Formats: sequence, C-alpha cells, structure tokens
Amino acid sequence: MTWTGIVLSIGMAAAAGLVGCFAVMRRMALAADAMSHVALPGIGIAIAFHVHPLLGGVAALAVGTALVWGLQRRTRISTETVIGVVFSLALALGSMLATGEELIDALLGTPGELKPWELVAGLVGVAAVAGFVIAHRSQLVLAQVSTDMARTAGVPVARIELLYLFAFSLTVALGLRYLGVLLMGSLIIIPAATAKLVARSLDEMLAVAVACAVASTLLGEALAVRVGRPTGPVIITIAAALFFLGLPLRRPH
Amino acid sequence: MVIHRLTFAVPRGSALAVIGPNGAGKSVLFRALIGALGHEGEVRWAEGTRIGYVPQKLDIERDLPLTGMDFLGAKARVSGAGPEDVQHALQEVNLPPRMAKKPIGALSGGQFQRLLLAFALMGRPNVLLFDEPTAGVDEPGEERLYEMIRRVQVEDGLTLLLISHELSLVYRFADSVLCLSRDPPCFGPPGEILTPERIERMYGAPLRYHQHRGEPTG
Repeated sequence: MTWTGIVLSIGMAAAAGLVGCFAVMRRMALAADAMSHVALPGIGIAIAFHVHPLLGGVAALAVGTALVWGLQRRTRISTETVIGVVFSLALALGSMLATGEELIDALLGTPGELKPWELVAGLVGVAAVAGFVIAHRSQLVLAQVSTDMARTAGVPVARIELLYLFAFSLTVALGLRYLGVLLMGSLIIIPAATAKLVARSLDEMLAVAVACAVASTLLGEALAVRVGRPTGPVIITIAAALFFLGLPLRRPH
Repeated sequence: MVIHRLTFAVPRGSALAVIGPNGAGKSVLFRALIGALGHEGEVRWAEGTRIGYVPQKLDIERDLPLTGMDFLGAKARVSGAGPEDVQHALQEVNLPPRMAKKPIGALSGGQFQRLLLAFALMGRPNVLLFDEPTAGVDEPGEERLYEMIRRVQVEDGLTLLLISHELSLVYRFADSVLCLSRDPPCFGPPGEILTPERIERMYGAPLRYHQHRGEPTG
C-alpha cells in the first residue's frame, strides 16, 4: 500500500471514530449503519453513466441526508424509522441500477491506486468532518441530551442536526472506495460503541473511538497483506475484536 | 388540541406551580412556553427574559460516558459563560466538584437533579422552568430539593414555573397554582386552589396532602 493510501485511511478512520460517538449516544447505531447504504443507488447511476462512482455516491448521500432530515422535521417520525425507509429504498434502487461485480465492489470497496485529486479531496473531507465535530461538540452533546434543553440554551438544534447528518454522510463517502458501503458504516459504529463502554467522559470517548478506529485500520491493512485477504473485512473484524476485548473493561456504574 | 382557553400571568420573581393528573398537558404547556411546540393564542415573556429549562426526561439513557462537567461545560460554551460560572452554579446547588467529574450514571437521583438545576442556572437565566424536578428522588430528598430551588429562586430573584405532584410542597413554596385536568383550567393562590374537594375531583381520588395553615412563604 502506498503512503498516500495510508495517510488517507488514517484520516478516514479518525473521522469515523469522531462521527460515530454521537451516533451511538442516541442509540441510533443500526440506523446510522443503514444510512451508509444510501450511497448505493448513486454509485449505480454513476457506473451506468460512466461517471466516477464516488461522485454518484456522494450525491446520493447528500440527497438521502436532506430527505431524512426533511421527513423527520415535517412528519416528526423518529430518525431511525425515516432512515430505515430511505435506506431500504436506496438498497432496492441500488441493486436495480448496479449489477454483479460492480455491486460487490460498491458494497465491499475496491482498494487501488489513489489519484492525487482523490487524496486531496479525501483530506479536505477529513478536515471538514473532524473540524465540525470537535468545534461543535458542545452543541452536539446538548442536542443529543435533550433537544428542548438545547433549544432554550440557544443551540440551533435543527441546523446542528442537519450538519451532523452531512458530516456523517461525508464520512461514509470518505470510506466508500476503500471499505465499501457495507463496511464503512461498521467502522463508524463499532469503535464508538467500544468507546462508549470504557470511556468516562466525552473527551475520553472521542479519543478512544478515534484510537480504536485508527488502530483497526492500520492493523487491518498490515494483516490483510500477510493473510492475503481483502482489507475491509479484516479491518472490521479487528474493530469488532476490540469491542469484545473492551467488554470486561466496562466502566463501572 | 390538548389545552383550551388558558389564561394566566406570573409576576416577576414569583413562583407558579402547575398541577394536575398525568396526561392533562402540563409538559405540553411548558414545551409551548419555550417555543418547542406550536400553539394558538399568545405567549408573552417580559423583555430580556432568559429561560433555564429542565425537562421531565432526557432524550438519552444515563449510561453514557458524559460527566457533569461535560454537561455544564457544554452549556457554558454555548451560552458564552466562563469556568467561574460553572463553579458558581455547582456551589449554588451544593454539588461538590468531584461529584461533577463523575459520569452522570454514577450520580444518585438527588445529585442528578441538582446537576440539572445547576445546568439550568448556567448562563444567568431570570426564569426557571422545571418539569417535575424531583423525579427519581426519595421523599426526604424531595423536600430538600424544593427548599434548594426556592432558596436559589429567592436569592437570585428568579421567576419560577414548576410542574409538581407534591401538593403539600406546592402549598408551601408556590405563590400561585395553575391546575390542568379534564375540567377547565383554574388559576389562583394555593389557598384558593388547593381545596380537598377540587383535588379529589381533579385526581379522581382523595390525595395524601396536608395544608400548612398560616404559612404561605415568600
């Protein structure tokens, strides 16, 4: 693997760890995982029209995010339910549009040479996600704890929620090419779930999640080459192993 | 529509208790007051009103890796308050800083409610809205919590609106009472509103409650 690939994968993992913390806080782990699949129809359309699959994925994620947010606000249905419906629709459309091998690639990722613009775009994305989560973590926490309390404290709740969903989608997009639709959702959720088990404060949780995500990614990359298996599944297996290792270390109540 | 034809006013610096059976719309009223729910008619706050609101339930479970300090610090940053305001708020509710450094899941019911009170006090509000501030607190703790809220209210000259089921404490601590039930709302001083007949009619059963004669405080 090239050094550019390693740099980008570290950034991607860090962004995934940060974003994931706020997804597991509200017990929307499964919904968040499903959210990542929204990229699929975009990838299908992009392949059909010979556009870069990533562009299609990003576009679909942006549309999906806006749809989830808008539906949730209009209908006051829970985020989980809305994501569940939008996700199923996305998966159905995606599997109609993409076929066979393309679909497997989109689901599991295709590691390959990174073009310079892909590296630059990726790093810009990482900086945007990490910057947003770290700078707005107070507002994010308050909006999670209680939307009403956050509102009276002066947090623009609707705007923060929309920005968070975009940060989430952008993180998924960062990992699309590398881990694929299926596994990127897991890299967002599993390290954050581990952090939720063992951390004692918010900053600790963010740090543990980033550490677990980055460690799984680097270890996975090294190990995958040695055992001759695709990288993505190895990374997620290691992330899940860390979660189970964390269980006995669970913070006492 | 949950509540009809409701009119009431709360003078600056006084305490209003909202009472009534479950499902009568007490929390809905509060959420309308803070602008989280749509409503007809008019809600008018005095100019310069800053609200400190504590809901009945949080949207999260308490097993998260969040400490009291995370909580208060977040509000401080959002409302532009400094670290000294965090310390001040903790002092006002008698919560030792070492307790505030623990995850919120490790706090007792009373400590957690005090943390929420401290949270509401951050950012120097002049109106406090409490939706059942003694949820999950044992009986002696309830009275201490009400005394603490009352003390902070008087010391800081705050206007207090609270939802409560503790009628004997309401009788002692509230300047006026608003009752919500299936009947039309009623509003007035505790001595007029909290009559045994009305309480029985409102809750559908006589309630454990004693009037503290000659003691309206505040």
